[in-house]
Amino acid sequence: MISAVATALGAATVAITLLSGGFTAAESASASGTLIDAQIVEVYVFLLAAFTGFQIITKVPPLLHTPLMAATNAISAISLVASLVIAGAERPFYINVMGAVAVAAATINVVGGFVITDRMLKMFKKTEAPK
Amino acid sequence: MSPQIGALFVQVAYIAASAAFILGLRGLTKPDTARRGMQLAAAGMLLAIIGTLLNHEIITYEFIIIGLVVGSAIGLPMGLLVPMTAMPQRIAVSHMFGALAVTLVGIAEFLHYRDVPGGPGAVKMVALGFETIFGALTITGSFMAFGKLQGFISGKPITFPGQKIINAAIFVGAIGLWIYLIATQSGGPGAGADNGVLLFGLMTLLALVIGVTLVLPIGGADMPVVVSLLNSYAGLAASATGFAIGNNILIVAGALDGASGFILSILMSKAMNRSFANVLFGAFGGEKAAASVKSAEGLTTRSISAEDAAMRIGYARNVIVIPGYGMAVAQAQHAVRELAELIEKRGGRVRFAIHPVAGRMPGHMNVLLAEANVPYDHLFDLEEINEEFRSCDVALVIGANDVTNPAAKSDPASPIYGMPILNVQDAEQVIVVKRGMATGFAGIENELFYLEKTSMLFGDAKGVLSQVVSEIKGL
Repeated sequence: MISAVATALGAATVAITLLSGGFTAAESASASGTLIDAQIVEVYVFLLAAFTGFQIITKVPPLLHTPLMAATNAISAISLVASLVIAGAERPFYINVMGAVAVAAATINVVGGFVITDRMLKMFKKTEAPK
Repeated sequence: MSPQIGALFVQVAYIAASAAFILGLRGLTKPDTARRGMQLAAAGMLLAIIGTLLNHEIITYEFIIIGLVVGSAIGLPMGLLVPMTAMPQRIAVSHMFGALAVTLVGIAEFLHYRDVPGGPGAVKMVALGFETIFGALTITGSFMAFGKLQGFISGKPITFPGQKIINAAIFVGAIGLWIYLIATQSGGPGAGADNGVLLFGLMTLLALVIGVTLVLPIGGADMPVVVSLLNSYAGLAASATGFAIGNNILIVAGALDGASGFILSILMSKAMNRSFANVLFGAFGGEKAAASVKSAEGLTTRSISAEDAAMRIGYARNVIVIPGYGMAVAQAQHAVRELAELIEKRGGRVRFAIHPVAGRMPGHMNVLLAEANVPYDHLFDLEEINEEFRSCDVALVIGANDVTNPAAKSDPASPIYGMPILNVQDAEQVIVVKRGMATGFAGIENELFYLEKTSMLFGDAKGVLSQVVSEIKGL
């Protein structure tokens, strides 16, 4: 039951993300007319993602809480995406430098985070079947 | 590629990545599916990065390449080489890097808006301020946690008079500046021509100070709560970045991280008998009620040798091992696994009872035991195993203390009264492996150690257990 709810919420999140992608595009096209709509949709995205996360993560067993922390940390290093734009867009030199530092910091988490999560998960083994 | 198709590709990549993250976390609900789930999430991440590199705003790649190369050069060895025993530090330091990236983005975006007519506007300023305040305090807070876990900052709570008032004042100052900036940087008349940069810098600085003062009064055993809370802050700051730059994947990923840290914080605070409000306002680790602490005077403990312990453990049918931070400090997990295998070979059954706050981070004991090749179906949570102590011959406590103290159930005057504990006292006999009679983190005597059925086996856990193993082999 809970898993069905979580799946539905996940699907809704993806759908809303898709919708607001359209809004964001519209925002840059027209000036500020759709701005508030885009912000409201962002709030929806946040709420649905947070609920989805809540539903799923409460079901992660304590056994895997450390890998969970490592994993969510790696995932939230998606801020790399924002850092890339700041490092590479047409901005003053010092802002590009700040962007480069941000890219480095986020990359440490993306690369290190996924590698270490996998290393941990590889260690969790069941009892071998008796021969 | 035309700009429209490029933008569409970026959006599709982001949506696919969001789905991959959610499905990846769902994989983590079972040990069998966890690895595949995280590989899916990693693939989603790669897709999102490639999508972003095609973004039309990006015109120069030098800075990006430098950042990616430097980050990989540091991140890869950190992922591959950090030993499992250093995992709490590793997690703390990764929150620091994540928050650093987010904070730099926040500052850069704020500065960028100085050149945009009308400024960021009130709504974006709310997000930018949140992002920068929570990012900055997570940077220094995580660094402090890292220092305490690594041992170059004292693990003892550092307190001084008026600490709470000073902390509150700094916090109110930062929030006040944030509100002022929201009011003045929203694109009204005169926006962009005032001292906004100075005030924004001051706000960031205050947030950095908050991170230090927040973690300063927190002691070692409270670290699971702090690390979880910083995890949540780092996620929420990433989500705020998404609001600030209008990027949904950041909102989704940040919300997932924020929710995860939030849940872990609640679980940890429950397991430590702290109210959630207590945790939320970072007031943990403060003054401890020095209520009627029972003194150990007139009570005696029974000390036994490794040989005696071997006799009792060697012939036991049903053994439950209770590991604690002491096991991690002594690096005794391999000796523990050897002992468990030996008991099983002799026909006994061994299970591990793991308290939620055993160790320095959520799940700490599980990772250490998994590393030592203990199968995960031997590891049990508090609720799963607490009834089983009644039917067990020997409960073997290794470096755990407060989480086994029966006073949490029986003595309303005890500072830890109400905290969920492992019912070790229900076992037929109890053997406690411990360095000496020092009290646990709560600073109170553990009644368990003075029970008739309890025997103390003093010494370094690793050395003592190896001795027990060789004694059992000789039985």
